[in-house]
Amino acid sequence: MRNFTWGQAQTVMDAAAAASVTVADAMLSPPNTNGQAGASIVKAGGIDLLDLLKEKLLTADRITSLKELPGLDVITRTEDGGLRIGAAVTLANLARSPLVLRHYPALANATAHAASPQIRNVATLGGNLLQRPRCWYFRAAEYRCLRKGGGHCFAIHGENQYHAIFDNQLCAIVHPSTAATVLVALGAIVECADAMGAARRVRLEDFLVPPDEDVHRENSLRAQEILTAIELPALNPGTRMVHLKQGETDSFDWPLADVAIVFDLDAERRCKRAAVILGAAAPVPHRAKAAEAILLGRIIDEEAAKDAAHAALADATPLHKNGYKLPLFETLIRRAILRAAADLHA
Amino acid sequence: MAESEASRTATFAVGLASTGLDEVERQIPRDEPPPLPPNAELAVIGKSVPRQDAFAKVTGAALFTVDINLPGMLHGRILRSPLPHARLRALDLAAAARHPGVRAVLPVAQPGDSLRYFGVPVAGVAAVSAQAAEEALALIHAGFEALPFVVDLDKAREPDAPPVHDSTSAPPGNSSGFPAPAGLPLNGNVRGPALMQRGDVARGFAEAEVIVEGAYSTKVQTHCCLEPHAIVADWREDGLTVFMSTQFTAGVRHELAEAFGLPLARVRVIAGAIGGGFGSKSSLGNYGRIAVGLSRAAKAPVRIVLERQEEQMDAGNRPATWQSLRLGARKDGTLSAISLLSYGTAGVTLGAGVGGIAAALYTCPNFESAQYDVFINAAPGCAMRGPGNTPGAFGLEQAIDELAGRLALDPLALRDRIDPSPVRREERRIGAARIGWQRRHAPGAESGPVKRGLGVAQSLWPANVQTTAACEVRIMRNGSVEVLSSVQDIGTGTGTVMAQTVAEVLGLRAQDITVRIGDTDFPPGPPSYGSRATASITPPARVAAWRVLQTLFQEAAPFLGVAPEALIAHGGRILVANNPGRFMLFGDATARLHTGKISAAATRSDDYGGFRRRMPDAALALQDLGGVQFAAVAVDTETGIIRVERVVAVQDCGRPLNPKQIESQVHGGVLMGLSYALFEERLLDQHTGRMVNPDLEQYKLARPREVPDIEVVVLEEYRGQSATDAYGIAEPANIATAPAIANAVYNAIGVRLCALPMTPAAVLAALGKIPRRGELP
Repeated sequence: MRNFTWGQAQTVMDAAAAASVTVADAMLSPPNTNGQAGASIVKAGGIDLLDLLKEKLLTADRITSLKELPGLDVITRTEDGGLRIGAAVTLANLARSPLVLRHYPALANATAHAASPQIRNVATLGGNLLQRPRCWYFRAAEYRCLRKGGGHCFAIHGENQYHAIFDNQLCAIVHPSTAATVLVALGAIVECADAMGAARRVRLEDFLVPPDEDVHRENSLRAQEILTAIELPALNPGTRMVHLKQGETDSFDWPLADVAIVFDLDAERRCKRAAVILGAAAPVPHRAKAAEAILLGRIIDEEAAKDAAHAALADATPLHKNGYKLPLFETLIRRAILRAAADLHA
Repeated sequence: MAESEASRTATFAVGLASTGLDEVERQIPRDEPPPLPPNAELAVIGKSVPRQDAFAKVTGAALFTVDINLPGMLHGRILRSPLPHARLRALDLAAAARHPGVRAVLPVAQPGDSLRYFGVPVAGVAAVSAQAAEEALALIHAGFEALPFVVDLDKAREPDAPPVHDSTSAPPGNSSGFPAPAGLPLNGNVRGPALMQRGDVARGFAEAEVIVEGAYSTKVQTHCCLEPHAIVADWREDGLTVFMSTQFTAGVRHELAEAFGLPLARVRVIAGAIGGGFGSKSSLGNYGRIAVGLSRAAKAPVRIVLERQEEQMDAGNRPATWQSLRLGARKDGTLSAISLLSYGTAGVTLGAGVGGIAAALYTCPNFESAQYDVFINAAPGCAMRGPGNTPGAFGLEQAIDELAGRLALDPLALRDRIDPSPVRREERRIGAARIGWQRRHAPGAESGPVKRGLGVAQSLWPANVQTTAACEVRIMRNGSVEVLSSVQDIGTGTGTVMAQTVAEVLGLRAQDITVRIGDTDFPPGPPSYGSRATASITPPARVAAWRVLQTLFQEAAPFLGVAPEALIAHGGRILVANNPGRFMLFGDATARLHTGKISAAATRSDDYGGFRRRMPDAALALQDLGGVQFAAVAVDTETGIIRVERVVAVQDCGRPLNPKQIESQVHGGVLMGLSYALFEERLLDQHTGRMVNPDLEQYKLARPREVPDIEVVVLEEYRGQSATDAYGIAEPANIATAPAIANAVYNAIGVRLCALPMTPAAVLAALGKIPRRGELP
């Protein structure tokens, strides 16, 4: 690992100014290029950053810590009854926050099952959303893949058992954040601040970038900008939500598939509003629009859940080693919908 | 054999303590102690004495090789081939050598050499810091010409596959047959067959009333030692000292003397605490050779610790196998013929057979096997916990389960008919009761998406003995006692059982014995592989302790006014056997020694009653080791997730010396087997030959939440074969786990999974649930 200088940002503006380049852009230049100016980047929990540095996927001349920034590690109610989660809130604190547990239990579930206890104690929600993908070709310096500025995706015809079943023609990564699956389902807003002090608010779903928009990044964070907060809109009374994650192992593993379901039911148990979001399915959390359409206006029962799960996967394009994800997602979607409906009666 | 000047007759208790002991007379050497009574009559042996290094390990005080930091020590790094098959065209180390931090560079390959796998060492550097060494690697100019390669077992067997070896580069095999026999033909990438044959297989199948056939495959598993392979080599004018995380200090010492042309006396190998060894730390290794070469060149100590990626890519692995098994049987279950064909790959080397378990576990007069090694452009495999028999059992024990189904026999009843071992019969009986075998239902009988099942499988492993194993026991005038041997403790508690053995003889407590091991300055100990350390080192430990005790008796007898033969050692006292009121405290007896220290050494003598087979420096005991394992699983047929809920492991290892340590080793064996069954697979990219999952994030392993409820039962079995009658447990505890789980999965879902690992993808595919593109069934 190359030497770098280390600093602490005291204000959000200083922190944004210290992020001279996004990590995604910094990783586009070939590693170990001599004489090239290294990046000046910022660090929150540092879980992903340290991996990238150690694997020589990223070199940095200057790293600025966000740890001393005030107010970024708190969770507060917003005026309209939603929730504002500072970007530096750790996954562990998020998972045990009474506010999150009471109002957004699916988010608590997603963060409680991410990584390992040690990592959750250090990893922040902001870092979790901004982490780079786990694709093993992307993560190995030997492969100069499309996403790192190379000419081709090694996964599409390679070892792709953990890769995308949607939107995988260009680059077959899956988005690494399970929190994002739930946050997109909840309609979360991300707030970024720049070096001039201006804040930018954008729906997380729009903030995340699919490969056909730009294959070199997973989100639209800009240089000289940091992620400061995630806001969750207020829920209608009686909104139901469930997150299900299935990893190959239960301990410290990435999902093979995860599903977030959020819906509102009317007095007749008819679905008024539904979000069906699939994680580990596509380069960004995948909104299963066909499934949502099927649920709308339906009474949520076994048949509706089955139809929705089936519809969700109708346009999947599995690769040669990940066809198993179809029945797996079908199961998780069906179970998540039924569990959310069952919660209603509990 | 009659009594002679060298031997005398002794009566041993033999059999299973749980079902009643018998007696047998054996000739034993006159200079060895009388038979050790059954554990019930002993004070220290057979007790769960706390591990001697337990506190040091849990408090971080134990020193591992990775903790060694010598004055002036340099850091070595290895440049590795970035291609799966290449010819080295150029190698220029000059720029690296000029780096200000670099103290030595070492070419490992020469221009013109073939580099046959991704990650094979090309050159080494030693520098004043790890970072300087890393920078120097980037300054090495190496030119590679890419050659055609093959990394897939099936493709490598095709006639037009790129050849991995030619006749001169192919490894020659070994006259011992391990890891593969010498002198077999090489045809393309396919070497063999290694043949075994007895009886008339054609007739056996002709006489069969039922024939079952199946093909089974296993994938490459990596050792995943918590402590990586590590060495600190210190080459000096007067000799070489090497600190190494190794399973065989005495063997590495020989390798070093030979490789570097040194007298054995000038080579010392030291192994402190060792963070796991499952076969891959058995020899010097390419990294060890490079570290010593760099130390010689730099005239300074050099440390090489493999990074996890190097560990996963080039530190050994369990070979992949494919086997086809055919069993013929009578309607009553009696086996009439077994035929086995196997192809396996250990990368660029040999040793990918499926062992001898199919030939040996069950009574069958007609047997034939043909086993082939297939070369591919991948890192060399090596021994790993139960080599051969572990993949072998995955096939055999599923085939037996299949046969039981076809005969409508309970799998245990079938084994009662065809398994000649009374020990395993008892193990089946105990295990069946513990797991609740009577609740077992017909395959796939449960309704609902999550289906439960029970399965059983057996293991078999030869009881290896290292006949060169030696140790020394010293008693000091102040009453302290030392036991010394170069045997290393790889984490199993070898030092603790040695202390127990010596303490039992001297009438002391285990904690009274200072254990000094893991250093070739001491008498040469056995390797800690092949489940042989305990069987090899505890008999000479007892013999040496007994011999030195006779010296102490000689010196103490006059003070007690009796003949030395009248004395015994017990409870910290030297006392008169038929008059226990007359005694001296052990320390008072040693204080009367007329010299500062008395000592005796012993080397492992032959098993009383002889060996089954002798090899150079080693032998096989008459009777094998084994065990029976039962697994209870729950299979979610909609997600493909298999959860192992319970494992009952009933094992035998001769006399159990320390039940807690044995239980701990069985836990390790079961977990490694569970992980092999469900998760582990080295994945090579077919287009670049590189391992895509060379870290512990992407290489899937069982972790805390995957640990089932494990119940361990260890039989107390006496054979009257050595001074301690203790044998090994490491490998027998691993072999049966994967097939027991596979049989339980079959019992749960009614579909057999014949390939490892049994991932959700494999389960869903076996259930016919993976649709054609985009179409759900």
